Amino acid sequence: MAEERRQKQCSVSLPTESMKAMAESVGVGQLQEESCAALSEEVSYRIKEIAQDALKFMRHGKRRKLTTNDIDNALKLKNVEPLYGFQSQEFIPFRFASGGGRELYFYEEKEVDLSDIINTPLPRVPLDVSLKAHWLSIEGVQPSIPENPPPAPKEQQKVESTEPLKVVKPGQEEEGTIQGKSQGATPADGKGKDKGLIRLKPRSTHELSVEQQLYYKEITEACVGSCEAKRAEALQSIATDPGLYQMLPRFSTFISEGVRVNVVQNNLALLIYLMRMVKALMDNPTLYLEKYLHELIPAVVTCIVSKQLCLRPDVDNHWALRDFAARLMAQSCKTFSTTTNNIQSRITKTFTKSWLDDKTQWTTRYGCIAGLAELGPDVIKTLILPRLTVEGARIKAVMEGPVVSNIDKIGADHVQSLLLKHCASVIAKIRPQPDNMEQYRTDYGYLGPMLCSHVMKARTQAALQAQQVNRTTLTITQPRPTLTVSQSGLSGSAGSRTPSIIKVPSSLTLMTPRPGTPSQPSPPATKYIVMATSAGASSTQQYEFTSVSFATSTLQPLVKLESGSGPGLTSSRPMQKYIVVSLPSSASSSLETKSSVLPTSISTTPLEAAMKLDRSESPGASTQSPH
Amino acid sequence: MAAVQGGLADTNEEKDIKTEPSSDGFGNNNANDGRVLSTSPGSSASDQQTLLAVLQFLRKNKLTESVEILRREAGLPEDSPELKGSDSSGAGSGGAAGSGDKEGGDASSLLSRTSSVTAAGEDQPDVNVVLSAYNQQGDPPLYQVYYSGLKKFIESVLDCHRAELSQLFYPLFVHMYLELVYNNHESEAKAFFEKFSGDQECYYEDDLRVLSSLSKREHMRGNETLMDFRTSKFVLRISRDSYQLLKRHLQERQNNQIWNIIQEHLYIDIFDGMPRSKGQIDAMSGSLAGEGKREANKAKVYYGLLKEPEIELPLDDEDEEAENEEGKPKKKKPKKDSMGSKSKKQDPNAPSQTRIPLPELKDSDKLDKIMYMKEATKRIRLGPDNLPSICFYSFLNAYQGLTAVDFTDDSSLIAGGFADSTVRVWSVTPKKLRKVKSAADLNLIDKESDDVLERIMDEKTASESKILYGHSGPVYGISFSPDRNYLLSSSEDGTVRLWSLQTFTCLVGYKGHNYPVWDTHFSPHGYYFVSGGHDRVARLWATDHYQPLRMFSGHLADVTCTRFHPNSNYVATGSSDRTIRLWDVLNGNCVRIFTGHKGPIHALAFSPNGKFLASGATDGRVLLWDIGHGLMIGELKGHTDTIYSLRFSRDGEILASGSMDNTVRLWDAMKAFDDLETDDFTAATGHVHLQDNSQELLLGTYMSKSTPVIHLHFTRRNLLLATGAYNP
Repeated sequence: MAEERRQKQCSVSLPTESMKAMAESVGVGQLQEESCAALSEEVSYRIKEIAQDALKFMRHGKRRKLTTNDIDNALKLKNVEPLYGFQSQEFIPFRFASGGGRELYFYEEKEVDLSDIINTPLPRVPLDVSLKAHWLSIEGVQPSIPENPPPAPKEQQKVESTEPLKVVKPGQEEEGTIQGKSQGATPADGKGKDKGLIRLKPRSTHELSVEQQLYYKEITEACVGSCEAKRAEALQSIATDPGLYQMLPRFSTFISEGVRVNVVQNNLALLIYLMRMVKALMDNPTLYLEKYLHELIPAVVTCIVSKQLCLRPDVDNHWALRDFAARLMAQSCKTFSTTTNNIQSRITKTFTKSWLDDKTQWTTRYGCIAGLAELGPDVIKTLILPRLTVEGARIKAVMEGPVVSNIDKIGADHVQSLLLKHCASVIAKIRPQPDNMEQYRTDYGYLGPMLCSHVMKARTQAALQAQQVNRTTLTITQPRPTLTVSQSGLSGSAGSRTPSIIKVPSSLTLMTPRPGTPSQPSPPATKYIVMATSAGASSTQQYEFTSVSFATSTLQPLVKLESGSGPGLTSSRPMQKYIVVSLPSSASSSLETKSSVLPTSISTTPLEAAMKLDRSESPGASTQSPH
Repeated sequence: MAAVQGGLADTNEEKDIKTEPSSDGFGNNNANDGRVLSTSPGSSASDQQTLLAVLQFLRKNKLTESVEILRREAGLPEDSPELKGSDSSGAGSGGAAGSGDKEGGDASSLLSRTSSVTAAGEDQPDVNVVLSAYNQQGDPPLYQVYYSGLKKFIESVLDCHRAELSQLFYPLFVHMYLELVYNNHESEAKAFFEKFSGDQECYYEDDLRVLSSLSKREHMRGNETLMDFRTSKFVLRISRDSYQLLKRHLQERQNNQIWNIIQEHLYIDIFDGMPRSKGQIDAMSGSLAGEGKREANKAKVYYGLLKEPEIELPLDDEDEEAENEEGKPKKKKPKKDSMGSKSKKQDPNAPSQTRIPLPELKDSDKLDKIMYMKEATKRIRLGPDNLPSICFYSFLNAYQGLTAVDFTDDSSLIAGGFADSTVRVWSVTPKKLRKVKSAADLNLIDKESDDVLERIMDEKTASESKILYGHSGPVYGISFSPDRNYLLSSSEDGTVRLWSLQTFTCLVGYKGHNYPVWDTHFSPHGYYFVSGGHDRVARLWATDHYQPLRMFSGHLADVTCTRFHPNSNYVATGSSDRTIRLWDVLNGNCVRIFTGHKGPIHALAFSPNGKFLASGATDGRVLLWDIGHGLMIGELKGHTDTIYSLRFSRDGEILASGSMDNTVRLWDAMKAFDDLETDDFTAATGHVHLQDNSQELLLGTYMSKSTPVIHLHFTRRNLLLATGAYNP
């Protein structure tokens, strides 16, 4: 491998077209092919030389990342005037463009309106350098404090849980990699030798220190206690604290036992609290839960499909708990499902089986459908849509037939709205317009007409919203989202997604605020770039689009982040957020960039379609209609 | 022009010798034997060579007066022309002619090279001298045949010889490639490179990368790596048997091309005895110019510590009694005794007290020594069962880039050098930093009062940190003076600056390095300091001289880190040429060359007893060296990225290493040094058997949270302080 790489290095040189382009840019029109070739070789050599010198500066700067300053310093070594204007720490401001069979990178020099700059409020002054001391180790033992990294990094937890044999013999493995790297006993560099770390960690760390025991007691008490503020704090701690690895077995047992007891006692509040704990554990970026799924998944599934979750099923809103748990389930399926454990297919089977059963109660039925629906549009398409007719008939029997019981009626009502909510978005995507009421009735039976109106609503709303997105560039300075936990645990109204969790990027800075005037409602050729992607973009089903729109009436631009938490919102999942940002249409080159940024499965049109769809379903966002 | 002639004459002579290669091999060896017995004749011969080279240089630049003075001082006869001199010395030492002459030639070309740095106009002839050796025309397509023929031969020999002869691959490859390039066979050169570059050891990858970009004769001008290959001979250590085998093969095959390269560009250090194993060779190879010559490490090094000055401890008794009440009387007594005996007995390996003139102790220094001893009595004894606590000082919001850190010896101040050219000093004790009052205000104070030292300080300026502005480039090196009155900083702008920590102003800017100065370090006794930079030269300075006292030149690439020996008589420098050199401060000689690292060296640390040196490099390995014997004695593997900091605990039991991979690791230094097998054979031949016991020696790994560890410091009580900038 190394040899291949080296051979590549040997032959890399700048293409002669670049030479031509550069010559043109300084006014030399016709450059001979030969001189181009000679130039490109010479320039490549010099560039390599400078890059190698720049590496020295990087090393002495104690960095891993080469910066433009290093290049400048290397140029200075050669008595060459440094390049000014590229003093950027974060990114290199080059743009890519192609056309006419040529591809090139260029530096975009935008025209900047001075008054814009003057009128922008000054950015905050960066904080001054400061010193902070903490204990990295106390007599050889590393204390678990937030300043220190978690005792076992997530990758290691994963390795331990998935490939336990590998961990046992770190020495052997290390030897192997060394032998493979260089034919000798002394490797030049020891990459991949992280395994050495593992051996040093104590193997069984299930004894908790006094502090950890206290912490565990406090947290669990707060999580199921009566004080909402305390609970929020505790959940926040679970979701962010890096040192919880050792307490994980206890937490998972606490949750599974808690669910078991409280389902029997029909204690809805406690079940909700426990599910929120699961959510917080899942949100913690330093924890790898796979080892504890055998306890957590049954608990979550119980909360989805249990016949009865509360004392008064006719009054209490246990539907929200089912929704929430279903979303948790979907999330864990997405994170942990592998070809070996097949979580998703096993869960799907379980749900389908009990849904198909005629004797299943409405509550369980609701849970099954919610659980399936949350798994994404593909599952809805293949498993739910074909059964809409049957389910419609069943609902019709309850709604229009003789009054059996109030509880059944409520249940059927909820199942109906659930089906409408989830199916409308999927149907809107797969069915071509126009939406014909009769056609729907023949296709979907009893639910057809209602579905039709939902789908139409979805389409119009999306169309409206798509126009409204204004042309403005937007940079997110701090991409890490902070967590806001909404406090509507119990009191949520029917249909709303009660224990919802909103992720909001903590700060948004507008680089070039260009507030559109009302007289210019829909700028032509708006382009979208999806700025955030997350792992596992294998299928289109799980994307949720969050659009950023700007109030057009005032000069002060408003950033609105749409997340799936608006009242009456129908289809949204708390898993992936996209921030859709529109770019000025003048950047003609961005077309190419876009296609490379987007996940492969989404081409431009479905993206916009999906956008529209999302819009149409969120009446909350329609308050800023441009007209 | 003299230099040119000299160079040509040398090559002519070398060709003469080539005609009878067998005698050369024997001769070489005889000379080596002679040097083992007594080092003086060899070194004096080479001294003379150097002198002649200097004379040549001076004459070339028409500095007749200096020539006269130098000649008078060296006691050379007036009329002896230097070429004759070298001839006669060559004849005198018999078979050593080859090596001796080559050294002479090297010295002159080296000198002319340094001169070319100052006077760019002379670049042209110099390069031609350097490259002239490549002028011989071989048949370019045959190069591949030659090389693969040799490869086949080496692969077919007995295992014990194969490892040794494999060392030839890399230097031969490089020189054959350069020859092809020099003679404008670009496509052949490329093909040759592509065919064989994959065979080379992975630790040469950096150099190969440089070579690969070099494909035209024009590029060779001004390429430093190329200069290194040409001006310095690649040194190989090969056992006699293996060497004979190789020679026989080449003679049988009439493979003159390869034989010429071996003669001209390689220095083969032949030793008697068993051929070395692959592991032994790999441990020592990796440097830019092969291993160090054995005789280079034969000079005696006075690694012992200087005698501590006798200081009355007036307060000590009281203090000790007070502590006895605290309930740890047992530890105190024996320690005090051991310390007393240490200072009484003169270490036989120590240099004489006056070898290097050291500054006299001031009253404040004595007070500090007393403080030090007091603290030392409270020191924690470290060991595998008693690991130090580590306190981590994170630099927050250091967006501009933290590039260097130093602590004062008493751990009261931290200084940080930043990429935005600033130097910042923090006080980590509650005592704030204060400036001295202005001159006008100083006139007003009562100079007779007892607390005059307090009174001169300006309370209004008290703050936790101070910023020192003055550099115009990133600050790469920083060092406190032992008395905490001064701070040194070295920067990309080519200067070393001395700052006063009383007034927080710049006192001196030492200019001499024309290129970035990568590191600087104060002598443990103050007054002297050393700096090293991109110009490949380390310089020794005294704070009151604006010009350097010594220039240590010999490294083939940037001097990346510099360190003073605890007895201030020696300086260690690490370099990008992947060697460590130890220099004698007294005469500026290089007394040790340590090879074995596979990447640029970024950290050095002397053990507190002065016997050992630890070094860390970008390859993530720590190597341990015995200074007295000039041997590698240990290899500590574990880090996965550049090691930027190394530090021994105050008693030398624990070695701490800090790295770019965000970890601090603790190693059992006592065990590493105890396990040492120092029988006479290894000492004489310099062949080391390294056990792979890094895992046993590793006592602890402490991961920081995305904070590369760039500096470590043991407090006087053996608490380990680590620093780095937090990179979220």
